[in-house]
Amino acid sequence: MTKSLCRLFCGVAVLGLLFAGRPATAEDTIKIGYVDPFSGPFASGGDEFLKIFKVLFDRQNAKGGALGKKFELVPFDDKLQPAEALIALKNITDQNIPFIMQCTGSNVGAALIDGVSKHNARNPDNRVLYLNCGALATELTNEKCDFWQFRFAGNVEMRAAARIKSLPKDVTKVYLLNQDYLFGQSIQHDTKKWLEKLRPDIQIVGDELMPFGKVQDFSSYVTKIKASGAQSVLTGNYNRDLNLLIKAAVDAGLDVRFDTYLAHLIGGPTAIGAAGENRLTSVYEYSGNVPVDLKVADAEKFGTDWRSSHETDFSTLNFMTMLDMLAKAIDKAGSTDALKVALALEDMHTKDMVGQENIMRKEDHQLLMPYYVGVFSKDVKYDSEHTGFGWKTVMTASAAELTLPTVCKMKRPAS
Amino acid sequence: MEIVLISLLNGLVYGMLLFMLASGLTLIFSMMGVLNFAHASIYMIGAYLAFTVSQVLGFFPALIIAPILCGLLGAAIEIYGLRRVHHNGHIAELLFTFGLVFIIQRGVQMTWGMLPMAYRVPAILDFPLFTVYGANFPAYRGFMLLISAGMLLATWLLLKKTRIGLIIQAALTHPQMASSLGHNVPMVFTIVFAGGCLLAGLAGVIGGNYQTTEPGMAEAMGPIVFVVVVFGGLGSLAGCFIASIVMGVIQTFAVVIDYSFIDFLKPLGISVTADNLLTEILTVPVARIGALLPFAMMILILLFRPRGLLGTRDT
Repeated sequence: MTKSLCRLFCGVAVLGLLFAGRPATAEDTIKIGYVDPFSGPFASGGDEFLKIFKVLFDRQNAKGGALGKKFELVPFDDKLQPAEALIALKNITDQNIPFIMQCTGSNVGAALIDGVSKHNARNPDNRVLYLNCGALATELTNEKCDFWQFRFAGNVEMRAAARIKSLPKDVTKVYLLNQDYLFGQSIQHDTKKWLEKLRPDIQIVGDELMPFGKVQDFSSYVTKIKASGAQSVLTGNYNRDLNLLIKAAVDAGLDVRFDTYLAHLIGGPTAIGAAGENRLTSVYEYSGNVPVDLKVADAEKFGTDWRSSHETDFSTLNFMTMLDMLAKAIDKAGSTDALKVALALEDMHTKDMVGQENIMRKEDHQLLMPYYVGVFSKDVKYDSEHTGFGWKTVMTASAAELTLPTVCKMKRPAS
Repeated sequence: MEIVLISLLNGLVYGMLLFMLASGLTLIFSMMGVLNFAHASIYMIGAYLAFTVSQVLGFFPALIIAPILCGLLGAAIEIYGLRRVHHNGHIAELLFTFGLVFIIQRGVQMTWGMLPMAYRVPAILDFPLFTVYGANFPAYRGFMLLISAGMLLATWLLLKKTRIGLIIQAALTHPQMASSLGHNVPMVFTIVFAGGCLLAGLAGVIGGNYQTTEPGMAEAMGPIVFVVVVFGGLGSLAGCFIASIVMGVIQTFAVVIDYSFIDFLKPLGISVTADNLLTEILTVPVARIGALLPFAMMILILLFRPRGLLGTRDT
């Protein structure tokens, strides 16, 4: 008994020492709590984003940070689970961190909108601002919109509009294949909506939902696609579900286009390789070849610096724009108070690294930003993930073109 | 008609790959009473090793080297791990292999990173073997069939026609007696475990470029292999074979079936029009729930024939 008690006390003493030893610089920085999956099946995405943010935070701090302070990233693992994300939110508010940032998963995003909104209502003296950099479901800035959320990534509908706009005139038969969960269904819904709106001449010869991440052999889907006579497969699939599909299609000699939403995500180009040449397209925020087309030397240099130290591509320009806007808003507000920063962010106009206009819309807190549609081709200056193939931009949709109506009715705080 | 033929072929390829994984698992189980949770992880290691070896020496040496390395790894796991926890009972062994899954998963991520590997079909096998109704059947799939059929034959010959096979079978059913007759039963266990891992490694080599080599591949393959083993009957190689092929074919066929349960009820004069929960279940097309079918079949067989298709004991 005494022995175990002694152990307990020793343990507590050691823990105490550990905490006492933490650096005392905490007050000198502006902390941003970053919630994303760093373990589990989606860890590759979170891991990559963390590397990107490291570079982007260094860049922002080299430019002077905000209010003369430097930004500091504090990561929390949510395992892509809403419950874990809410625990992280509690941690963040307990540490008086004024910003929570999250870039993966609309289910997590929906939970955070709710959690942050409740927290801010109950604790007006310790409010927190939710910076959404990648929960994409359209409804998060429509039916579910909230004053405390700012979304720095194009929603599904904006992508769908760009996606459909870029389809060549000679495509008249398409096959829709999507993953059977919130995001896939959202893509399916908005794709159909915009097909009807922009391309009524296109016939949908197949419309299918497939189990998310469960299919091992796509050859039967390929057989079905072939039988349907489709010219193009329009799909929101990503990772394994996209790579295996294209692999099976090439194996079977299926000659169709793959007009995807997310083929550019990390690992995609490596896994697909030559199979996607000249027939795989994707909708992206940025690629290394965008500044080449727009002739912006600084941005091109940023890309080459990135390539020299990373295996992957830098494609999340919206993350950089987000940090720029946040720094600007904090400076304008003169503090990190969530309400003041939020008011400063509203209706902010800014130019991104390649000089394109970005606007934070006041009504729904959705960033209006340009999207690029590109084809996987050898004919590029910078290839993707050292595969020899890269994204060649075939269409640019400006922020103005992607300014879509919103149904958001936001409840604003009585300042 | 053409869809049936193509699906049948593809189902066969997938089924044989499943069998290669499941046969090792069922052998290990019948011999040692251990359900090896880490089996699919060995499959993943096989794919990664094959990728690394093929970078240096080419695909065909990798086809031989990677499975052997997996076999050695299996032997090491048995000798230094499983054998030590063996006297603590089956729960300890089960937990040991369960822990191994996480360690291997993390180890693979730390060694090769989180991104998929560019492990591709060798150029010499990258051509269409033949064309059925305008759809190519890739040579590599034919090669997979060949390898798995060869493996099936070799395993069968080894178990039925050789002396070591005889001892393995004896140790399988009567370990005490085999031991009293002077056979080294623990070594037989090691051989079986290593053999099972070798087969999993071989499946990894040919499955890694048929699918994608990435850290999630063990997780994707693990559950379905257990379903095959349970469905076929724990410990039965023949049952395992039938179950693998059935599961492979069912999964590929389910995708092309656009009917829902309601369509089967229509000829009987039953129609559902009300919008309730039941309608939702009845109208969902089979294609959308195809991946669930193996699990549903496992539940059915556990309810009505718990020993599995050709299993010999109720467990």
